[in-house]
Amino acid sequence: MARKAVATKAKTQSNVPQFTTDQDREAYREMLLIRRFEEKAGQMYGMGLIGGFCHLYIGQEAVVTGITMASEKGKDAQITGYRDHGHMLVMGLDPKGVMAELTGRQGGLSRGKGGSMHMFSNEHKFYGGNGIVGAQVSLGTGLAFAAKYKGDGSVSLAYFGDGAANQGQVYESFNMAKLWNLPVVFIIENNKYAMGTSIERAAATTDFSMRGASFDIPGEQVDGMDVRMVYDAAKRAIEHARSGKGPFILEMLTYRYRGHSMSDPAKYRSKDEVTKYRQERDPIEQVRARLLESGAESEESLKDIENDIRAVVTAAADFATNDPEPDASELWTDITISA
Amino acid sequence: MPQILMPALSPTMEEGKLSKWLVKVGDTVKSGDVLAEIETDKATMEVESVDEGVVKELLIAEGTEGVLVNTPIALVLAEGETAEAAPVAKTAPEPSEAPVVAAEKAAEAAPSQAAVPAAPKFEAQSDPDLPEGVEMVEMTVRQALNEAMAEELRRDKDVFVMGEEVAEYQGAYKITQNLLQEFGPQRIIDTPITEHGFAGLAVGAAFAGLKPIVEFMTWNFAMQAIDQIINSAAKQLYMSGGQVKAPMVFRGPNGAAARVGAQHSQDYSAWYSHVPGLTVIAPYSAADAKGLLKAAIRSPNPVVFLENEILYGSTGLVPKVDDFVLPIGKARIARKGADVTIVSFSMGMRYATQATEKLVAAGVDVELIDLRTLRPMDSDTVIASVKKTGRLVTVEEGWPQGGIGSELSARVMEQAFDYLDAPVMRVTGKDVPMPYAANLEKLALPNVDEVIAAVNAVTYRS
Repeated sequence: MARKAVATKAKTQSNVPQFTTDQDREAYREMLLIRRFEEKAGQMYGMGLIGGFCHLYIGQEAVVTGITMASEKGKDAQITGYRDHGHMLVMGLDPKGVMAELTGRQGGLSRGKGGSMHMFSNEHKFYGGNGIVGAQVSLGTGLAFAAKYKGDGSVSLAYFGDGAANQGQVYESFNMAKLWNLPVVFIIENNKYAMGTSIERAAATTDFSMRGASFDIPGEQVDGMDVRMVYDAAKRAIEHARSGKGPFILEMLTYRYRGHSMSDPAKYRSKDEVTKYRQERDPIEQVRARLLESGAESEESLKDIENDIRAVVTAAADFATNDPEPDASELWTDITISA
Repeated sequence: MPQILMPALSPTMEEGKLSKWLVKVGDTVKSGDVLAEIETDKATMEVESVDEGVVKELLIAEGTEGVLVNTPIALVLAEGETAEAAPVAKTAPEPSEAPVVAAEKAAEAAPSQAAVPAAPKFEAQSDPDLPEGVEMVEMTVRQALNEAMAEELRRDKDVFVMGEEVAEYQGAYKITQNLLQEFGPQRIIDTPITEHGFAGLAVGAAFAGLKPIVEFMTWNFAMQAIDQIINSAAKQLYMSGGQVKAPMVFRGPNGAAARVGAQHSQDYSAWYSHVPGLTVIAPYSAADAKGLLKAAIRSPNPVVFLENEILYGSTGLVPKVDDFVLPIGKARIARKGADVTIVSFSMGMRYATQATEKLVAAGVDVELIDLRTLRPMDSDTVIASVKKTGRLVTVEEGWPQGGIGSELSARVMEQAFDYLDAPVMRVTGKDVPMPYAANLEKLALPNVDEVIAAVNAVTYRS
């Protein structure tokens, strides 16, 4: 009998799935919004407007963009760890609310009480924003449990990093997800480093798409820098989960350009490695080149898009800078609900 | 913004070294281009450009140490900007002022400078009045808990039970007996032995609107799941600004059973009662077990429901009414008295009750209070009692340091110090891991004589 849990290697350029111009445009906009938003967040952190931890998504934009494009917005649930700004922007949460949460203001998505790692939206079915590495995998499996219990046809998309992939509860969740055939897609964003520890120094086996093999969960390794590859794989994985066949693992080979968080010694990887990714694999540049090459967009029209996005980010930053801090009375609200 | 400012790598960084410029005057830069490298004793960081433009001037020389955060370090002119226009920002105040203004604003509202607003006071409701002549049914705590779950499962389709051996085995302690038969495997779910995982899964299901009852075979095993209980369930409402709820119950036997050794005999009452966001209930009687478990299942908050294996078989009278729900957060005065207050909960109530019987026979008018709920804790009932008796003895199975007795003692000190006629005395489990040997285990647990001795001490009877 053929083994069902087979990890497929990343597709090569020769059989890459194609995007329509509209898809490329959408991906370009979404990814550019994340990039510019995160650059601004980094700048505001540097100015002391954002405190604590701030984990930027720069470099990994294609992952959440391709997956969200392949999902049913407003129906499928998403949950991730602490590197969560990009997820919220692509899911349609208000950039002003995200940025104001980063600055800890009353107009923030969590009214200033969550911060960078803790934002949520019941309306968009975004369940955070979770600060404990790996916790979102069990929680995301629970979202899938609820989907099956209610029979609402939704799929849970649970993102975690190569670091979290070594946590015990991930495998407890894999086991239950397959045991009960829950509609969940586990997305491992493998950016090669768990904080400053490379996957080779942390993982006995580094092909994370195979991590479900002993639970009979199929997995696939995907070029996470190419939004088309991400979209294509996500379509299949989500369909697999939605059709009742149970969980699916997508290992996204991606890269973060910035440090783990803002305060990062950057001594654990070479500059050449970072530069190589930025220059040769950048997810946004790939789409930009296609749009120009096909003649769908010109340098000028792309500049217009850029300006639109800059305006959105600037408005978010202005709001987040000028919005007042939460009222002192908020200290005592939302601890429990009065019955 | 034409001025590039010295960034902070962390909220605590005040200054750093500008170790290297990677651009020179006249260079065209775009978003994401690395302009400079800065260094502190902890880390190095690349300063990236956020805007596009041409480098007009480098204001700080390479290698300069002690550059203050937010000092302008370079001038970059955006497309269309002229050198003359550059220093004057388009609309806002001087760019270099912006962060200062923001910082001042933040400082004004900083919690350390603002008065801390008073905590809202929790007002517990009283127990419901029972109908005249209501029939009282004798049942075990086990039956009471089982009935509570069955009734709530019938009432609300979003309620389900999950845990180890809850379904086909009928419950390791038979608390879930017959639930599988009535509600089926979709709602009564056997899990693998995987506490961390299924606790997290249940919290996720609660986020999505279900109302899980998670049974831990014992609370000792829930230590593997405590991260999900506290970090995910308890804190979620607050972290989300009131948006995401976790309406669920974590339940199972807590504390010492009998002769099961150190790893299976721990009382977590104080642990969970420490955590804002959780409701913690630890009933003693069958009626309280039923009425409070029903309340817990209906609660919109995550509830830690601490049962006791030894009490499962004890019987009590439970009123036979359609829907017997008790208020969370209300202590029960088990016996009214004037001489001394004894406060306990769960298994501690057994020692306290037996001691009270003996003390009353000896002429001591004991007021005995069963806390029932540990969070929110019903201070009012305890304080009112201590103001009357002037003396307090607390009884619990848990360890003494940071225990429920310690908390009660502190509250009484703060709120009724002038009424005390004697120091508060705590009767607790001994400060040791639970031994296995029968004689040692007996010594490690609190007992009736210790409660009597404590009462004698605070009443100055010899």
